[in-house]
Amino acid sequence: MSTDSTTAAVGRGRRRVLTAPDSHAGTLLEVDDLRTSFVTPRGVVTAVDGVSLSLERGRTLGVVGESGSGKSVLARSIMGLLGNRNVRRSGSVRYAGQELTELNRKDLRSLWGTGMAMVFQDPMTSLNPVMKIGRQLTEGLRRHLDMSKDDANATAVELLSSVGIPEPERRLSQYAHELSGGMRQRVTIAIALACGPKLLFADEPTTALDVTVQAQILNLLQAQQHERHMAMVLVTHDLGVVAGRTDDIAVMYAGQIVETAPTRTLFANVRMPYTEALLKSIPKLEQPSHTRLQIIGGRPPDLISPPAGCRFSPRCPYAQDKCRTEQPPLIEAEQPGHLFRCWFPVGTDAGREAFERNLAAGVPAAIAARTGDAAAVELADERGLATQTSTTDTAPGSNA
Amino acid sequence: MAAPETTTAAAPTDPGLASASPGEAPTVAKKAKLGFGGWLALAWLVAIVIMALFASFLPLEDPARSAFRPRLGMFSDGNIFGTDTNGRDVLARVVHGTRVSVLIGFASVSIGMVVGGALGLYAGYFRNRLASTISWLFDILLSFPAIVLALSLVAVLAGGAESSDTQKNMVIILALGIVSVPLLGRITRGTTLTWSQREFVTAARSLGAKDLRIMVREVLPNVLPAMFSLALLSVAVSIVAEGSLAVLGAGTNSVSWGSMIAGGRSDLQRIPHVVMVPSAFIFFTVLALNYLGDIARARFDVRESIL
Repeated sequence: MSTDSTTAAVGRGRRRVLTAPDSHAGTLLEVDDLRTSFVTPRGVVTAVDGVSLSLERGRTLGVVGESGSGKSVLARSIMGLLGNRNVRRSGSVRYAGQELTELNRKDLRSLWGTGMAMVFQDPMTSLNPVMKIGRQLTEGLRRHLDMSKDDANATAVELLSSVGIPEPERRLSQYAHELSGGMRQRVTIAIALACGPKLLFADEPTTALDVTVQAQILNLLQAQQHERHMAMVLVTHDLGVVAGRTDDIAVMYAGQIVETAPTRTLFANVRMPYTEALLKSIPKLEQPSHTRLQIIGGRPPDLISPPAGCRFSPRCPYAQDKCRTEQPPLIEAEQPGHLFRCWFPVGTDAGREAFERNLAAGVPAAIAARTGDAAAVELADERGLATQTSTTDTAPGSNA
Repeated sequence: MAAPETTTAAAPTDPGLASASPGEAPTVAKKAKLGFGGWLALAWLVAIVIMALFASFLPLEDPARSAFRPRLGMFSDGNIFGTDTNGRDVLARVVHGTRVSVLIGFASVSIGMVVGGALGLYAGYFRNRLASTISWLFDILLSFPAIVLALSLVAVLAGGAESSDTQKNMVIILALGIVSVPLLGRITRGTTLTWSQREFVTAARSLGAKDLRIMVREVLPNVLPAMFSLALLSVAVSIVAEGSLAVLGAGTNSVSWGSMIAGGRSDLQRIPHVVMVPSAFIFFTVLALNYLGDIARARFDVRESIL
């Protein structure tokens, strides 16, 4: 990888990033049927179950899903960061044409930091509390790029100022606890960017931060990504976070991708009920105050024994008998690149009919989805219906 | 400047320091002062070290010379701590005894720190068969009562009867060192376990750092405070253990606090000062070590201030 052409690309296409098809354009990351499971005393937890995706240089992919949907594990599994013990991984991960699953630890290590890097969720725990910021920043530079101490320090100062940290020289000799949360996350971003990775994973980079700082950090990530022409995987549980910042979105549920599309297409034509539910659960400013927030009742399924059919079926307002027995495949919608898993997709006649049928039968998820009304949701809660769906391995078709 | 004062006062009185001072003021807490007690403890330890180093040059009687004289009690003219059964000067003996006692205390714990620390770090960081074997080894060693283990180790290691004083001291150091290995190893392993789960370790790995590097540079500095606070305690325990060994007849042949207690034991009723003086030395040394250990932790532990 010649650095000249990288800088050339950056120089040329600062504002029009995707227009210059240089030698690096094309697929940088290709994941095919990746499965990651953990062997636990209770059984085998399949946290990532057959995920395929591809990412081009300079593009951003948003991976969205609620807690426990396997999105963080996906990111770590792609990088190969999960230990060997108790972890089973199958499928293929190609980075710049190189099969990562076949690399030994040493080769993988040389790729970490320089090829791909990760920004972690909580900057408090992802920085070493007893090591000065400067050393944490320069360690990678000196190891990977063989810089001298002075060069590394100079680069570290540049990096810190590029991520918007005032008085960067002074920061080098400070400890993590002397910085605010937003500052710390800027530092972790600087550390991740230090060795010029071509692929950056941001694992819920704003979850642990104050709301007022979140936008700043996201803007920073976006700006750095444009400037360095990196590919970025932005993992988050907040669709609002990815809305304006990603090229593509993959919605994950229970270890699978349930819907993926270019960002615009996804927001315009939601097909999968889970995506719809996620979208509805975002509070809207124009709503009157005290509006009951839309929730998705129940919990994600136990990944040791996921539901037989569609994994979202126990919580889905559209779910029919077919959903509980047959797993829907990932099929293509009208728009190219838009894939989803659903037998009764949102916005189609089949979906509407399924929803009406459920509403008539009094399925609580459907009632809640229709009215969004406190009374209905509470009623369902009282009957223990909405929560009953969280008993995972039994499909609650019987209570309809 | 009220803040540093309060932390100084709080630090020594809190027994479980790490857990006890979460709401402490940040940054200011780092500069916890020694305080009167701290200075006193420091002065005592400095005195002990001077005694250990320069015992031969101090204006003292020969600790081995048994003068034919009436048995003297405490605060006699010329013999401030009196004499023992054999007419030897107790002050001279206790000062000379410092050397062996302190040497045994620190050397044995150093062995425990290095060996136990390395094994514990390995056992806590890695999850393989060797790591669990190390943990079992710790458990097995810990299942013996410490003094019985030390006693049998001395008996086994001493071998021939005609070992010199230095050899005998080495054997005791080694035996007490082995006893302290699982103690320090276990705390290192436990602390390493929690620290190596932290995200900065994953972050370091994600930047391509090697395991050894992560262990030594990322994890170890976080584990050291816990190790050191236990090590200081262990020094005290080792000094006492040396005394116990002496009482049981497996002690050193040189003059030491332990051997003085062992020797004066039979006349405890008539001349208690022969036992009390070295006991007091042990007591104050142990106290000073613990006290300073707490202060040192409050002062140098960066994490205290973020808790």
